[in-house]
Amino acid sequence: MFSLAKPSKFLASACYSVLLGGMPLLATAESSGHYGYGETASEAQIAGWDIDIRPDGKGLPEGSGTVDEGMKVYETYCSSCHGTFGEGMGRYPKLAGGDGSLADDRPEKTVGSYWPYASTLWDYIHRTMPFFAPQSLTDDQVYALTAYVLNLNYIVEGEFVANKDTLPKVKMPNHDGFTWDDPRPDTRNERCMKNCKDDVTVSDSAAGKNLTPSTTGPLDEGLTE
Amino acid sequence: MFGKLRRLRQDVSRIALEESDRLPSSERRRFLRNGLFTAGGAMVGGVFAGLSTRVGAAETQYPPEVPAWTRSLGAGVVTDPYGMPSPFEKEVIRRNVPWLTAEKTSSVSFSPLQHLRGIITPNGLFFERHHAGRPEVDPQQHRLMIHGLVERPIILSMEDLQRFPSVSQINFIECPANGGMDWRGPQLNSLQFLHGMVSCAEWTGVRLSTLMQEVGIKPEGKWVLAEGADGAAMTRSIPLEKVMDDVIVAYAQNGEALRPEQGYPVRLVVPGWEGNTHVKWLRRLEVGDKPWMQREETSKYTDLLADGTARGFTWVMDAKSVITSPCPEMPLRGKGIYQIEGLAWSGRGKVKAVDVSTDGGRNWQQAGLQEPVMSKSLTRFALEWNWDGSSALIQSRVIDETGYVQPTLGQLKEVRGTNSIYHKNAIQTWKINPDGSVDNVQLG
Repeated sequence: MFSLAKPSKFLASACYSVLLGGMPLLATAESSGHYGYGETASEAQIAGWDIDIRPDGKGLPEGSGTVDEGMKVYETYCSSCHGTFGEGMGRYPKLAGGDGSLADDRPEKTVGSYWPYASTLWDYIHRTMPFFAPQSLTDDQVYALTAYVLNLNYIVEGEFVANKDTLPKVKMPNHDGFTWDDPRPDTRNERCMKNCKDDVTVSDSAAGKNLTPSTTGPLDEGLTE
Repeated sequence: MFGKLRRLRQDVSRIALEESDRLPSSERRRFLRNGLFTAGGAMVGGVFAGLSTRVGAAETQYPPEVPAWTRSLGAGVVTDPYGMPSPFEKEVIRRNVPWLTAEKTSSVSFSPLQHLRGIITPNGLFFERHHAGRPEVDPQQHRLMIHGLVERPIILSMEDLQRFPSVSQINFIECPANGGMDWRGPQLNSLQFLHGMVSCAEWTGVRLSTLMQEVGIKPEGKWVLAEGADGAAMTRSIPLEKVMDDVIVAYAQNGEALRPEQGYPVRLVVPGWEGNTHVKWLRRLEVGDKPWMQREETSKYTDLLADGTARGFTWVMDAKSVITSPCPEMPLRGKGIYQIEGLAWSGRGKVKAVDVSTDGGRNWQQAGLQEPVMSKSLTRFALEWNWDGSSALIQSRVIDETGYVQPTLGQLKEVRGTNSIYHKNAIQTWKINPDGSVDNVQLG
C-alpha cells in the first residue's frame, strides 16, 4: 500500500518526466480552462446581434433623425399607445412630463423626469419598439424618434438632429438623481423576543377593498378595479 | 347517404377480418375479442354507469363504504404520457391581477404559495414575468454568443453548451416588485397575489465562470451584459465579481429542460439577486469595461426614495419570510392546535432562524426550520400554535446568516418612503378573525 499523503519519489519523478517530455497526459480541459466547443464568432455575426448602446455612445450606428421626422414616425407607430404628446394611455407608459415630481406624493417617472441617460432611449426604442413589432424600425427612424421624445420633454430644441455624435452629449435632467452604490442593509431591526412593544393597532386592512381577483375557480379575467 | 355509411362500415369489418386472417390463431382470437370489446363499449359503460349511480346514492366513499376507485380498474400507464396533477387540483394554478398591466404580454403571474408544500416550486407553477411575451424558441436554431472584451468570441449551440461540465444548485428567484403593491397600505387580500412572485427550483447548467474562462476575459473586462432572445431583448449589466462567483447558465429546471416560461432553452440564474437579472431565453453575453445603463437598470428596477433621488443597482434580495398557512386563502376551521407554517429566504446566504408572533409582534417564539436549509434557497419553518378562537395578529420574522433581521414596514418606510415599488421585504401581518378567516393588515 502506498500513502496518498506522501506519494513515492518514484511516482513523483515519473510524472515529472512525462511533463518534461511534452506529453501532458494528466492535463484535463478543466485545468487548462479551454474546451474548444462551438464556433468562433465572426465580426459579421457579432454585428448582427450586438445592439447595445452605452451612455458614452459606444454602439451607436451611423445615421440621423430630426424632431420633425420623429413626429411622423411617432404618429404612425407610437401614439396609439403612448398618446399624441407622450401622455400615455391607460396602463401604457407616459413618456413626457412629470418634471420636478419625483419627491411628490405621486411622482411621475418619465423619460424627461426620471431617465438618467439619453443613450438608453435609443437603445430601448431600437430593441423593443414598436411593442408588437420589435426591431422593425430603421436606425434613422430610431434616431428621429429619440429626437422627438427628447423634444417632447423640452430637453432638446426643435432643430435638434440626433446622431452618434450629438446623442451622447445630451445631459438628461435627472442624470444626477441616482446613487449606484447599494447602501443596504439600510434597516436595523432588533431580534427582541419578549414585551417588544406596548400597544398594537391595526391601521388598515385589505378586507373589503375589492381589489383582489378570485383565488379559487378558473382564472379571474375581469377587471376588479 | 345511410347506404354509403353502411357500405363503409361493411368495408371496415371486411378489412378487419382480412387483417386478422394473417395473424396466428391465438392472436386472431385476441384481435377479434378486442374489436368486440370496443364495439360493446357503450354497453360496458352502461353497466359501470349503473354502478356509479348506486355508489352515488350512498353519497360517500369513506368507511364503511368501499370507494368506487377500489372496486374498479384504474387508468393504464401512459394514459398521460406527460403526467399532470389530479383533476381535483385544477384550482392550484398561477393567477394574474388583470388590472395591473396593459397587456398579458408584459405582465406577471403569481405562484400559489398557499398550496405549495415544499421548497421546490413545481415547474408548471413557477411564477412568470415576461416583458414582451413568452417566445417559442427552437433549440436547434438558438445560439448563445459570447463576445466583447474576450480573447476568443464564440457562438455555442445548445449541444455545445451541454458538453461543458455542469452543476446543479437549488435557488429561489424573486421579482423585486413582490409585495410592492402594499407600500401605501394593504391592497390585496391574498397570499398568492401579495407574495407569489417568488419560486424556487433546482437549476442545472454551466457555471458562467467556466464559460468566461473558455473565452478568456481581457484585463479591462469588468462587466457582463446578459441579453435575452425575446421581443424585449431583455438586458441587465452584471459585475464580473458576481459573474465569477455563483452565476450559472441554466438549461434545466427540476431535472427537465427549462419551461418556455422560464427561458427555454437557456437562462441565467444569478443566485440571490433580483429576478430580472436572471435573463431568460439567453442569447448573448458581452464583456465590457462599464455597465450599459439599460432601460431595465435605470428607468425600471431602480428604487425611488422620498427625497426624489433613486437607488440603482440594488441587486440583492434582502431576507424575507411569510406565513403560508394560515393565510387569506387558508383560513382556520375552529379553535384548536394548528401548525403555523411558512417560507423564509435570503439573497445573502442561509436562513439562520425564523421567529413567529401571534400578538402582532409584542412577543416572539423561535420556529423550527425544516431541513434542508440552503444558501439563497427557500427554507420552510413551522411553529405549533393552540388557537383559542379569538382575534390574533400573526407574523414571521427571518434572521439570515449575516445577522440581518427582517424589518417592519414602518422601518422600511422610514428609510425609503412609499414610492420605491421594489424590495419591500417587510414583516407580513395576517389578522385571524374569530370566525377563522384571515385578512392582510398593516399595523399602526
